[in-house]
Amino acid sequence: MTARLVATGLRLAFGATQALDGIDLHVGAGEIVAVMGPSGSGKSTLMHCLAGILRPDSGEVHFDGVRLDNQNERKRDAIRLRQFGFVFQFGDLVPELTLLENVALPLQLLGFRRSVAEHRARALLDRLEVADAADRTAAAASGGQVQRAAVARALVHQPSVVFADEPTGALDTVTGELVLDAFVDLARENGSSVVLVTHAADVAAVSNREVVLRDGRVAVAAVDRT
Amino acid sequence: MSVPHTLLGLLEPVPQHGYTLKREYDARFGGTRELKFGQVYATLSRLERDGLARVLAVESGDGPDRRRYAITASGVTELEHWLTTPQEVGEHTPGELFVKVTLSLMSGRSAAAVLDGQRAVHLTRLRELADIRRSGEITQRLAADYETAHLKADLTWIETAGARLERWSADLNQGESANGSQP
Repeated sequence: MTARLVATGLRLAFGATQALDGIDLHVGAGEIVAVMGPSGSGKSTLMHCLAGILRPDSGEVHFDGVRLDNQNERKRDAIRLRQFGFVFQFGDLVPELTLLENVALPLQLLGFRRSVAEHRARALLDRLEVADAADRTAAAASGGQVQRAAVARALVHQPSVVFADEPTGALDTVTGELVLDAFVDLARENGSSVVLVTHAADVAAVSNREVVLRDGRVAVAAVDRT
Repeated sequence: MSVPHTLLGLLEPVPQHGYTLKREYDARFGGTRELKFGQVYATLSRLERDGLARVLAVESGDGPDRRRYAITASGVTELEHWLTTPQEVGEHTPGELFVKVTLSLMSGRSAAAVLDGQRAVHLTRLRELADIRRSGEITQRLAADYETAHLKADLTWIETAGARLERWSADLNQGESANGSQP
């Protein structure tokens, strides 16, 4: 499998806390990798380093063969905007905008006309069975609706990699399963790789393989079983 | 699980030979523990003795006579009673994983390694079940849902136990360093 993201020897400390302590990780094209581990094990920090949001103290991150961590802020922003999608635990949509506007936003930032962006956004919201709420503001929508829209926003520009941090952590079990299934189906259709950060093993079960962190190190690196 | 009642349930829609009954039982409910032929025939004899099933026909062939069994009216009544009686919630016995984790802790071995190994096996099985839940026939889906729910419960415990052990070991280390700093 072609490596899409490769991290080698990542180390990052926050004060006296060694959040990442020498992590090697690769994510193949179209592969879904679950990053698991207890609270404080370094899962989210690793995700932020892989996505170029945080810079490691040492070690390297390569995306599609190009080194990402030593690029300047502007270049990393450009790569994130075009190539990466993000889903967070509480959606993190713009509360004043409608779900439709939120989902169309990444496309508009990439220069698509508003009508084109909203057409694509509506089609995706329809796939995620939340088209009825498309014109509701994020502030007025339910948690499940917001999270579906967050999934749509992460995938609307067909990114190479989607980073998802506890994407269903704020939802009840049934809604969480539905949103997770839809997310995974759409990511697979797109051919997007997914880095799925979760502490819940049942969520990790949708991945191709799991990596378990403990104290900033890889405790278990499972092999791909697909 | 009550094998006699399950066999009655399989006999109700259509009379069957012991051989086909065993095959259907194994396919639907056997999992890794298939019924032995001896148990099937002994159970059918008891059901016949108790008037819950009867021999419909005896067919002679090269081997031993083949008996085709059907459920009786009393059998249907007994089956309905069993189906509609909720089962007792038995006293929960800890599983083998719990025993392994406990013994690892007691012996100073790595309990986290036991949990890590089991998590990987559970996740592999959950991934297999996810395919069945998507594409299997309805009884296979139900069986996969059931097994999935139980595996998820195990996994919840695996994560809880892992977090608890982390905390415990952190407390232990803190206690040791506090003791070490005392004059």
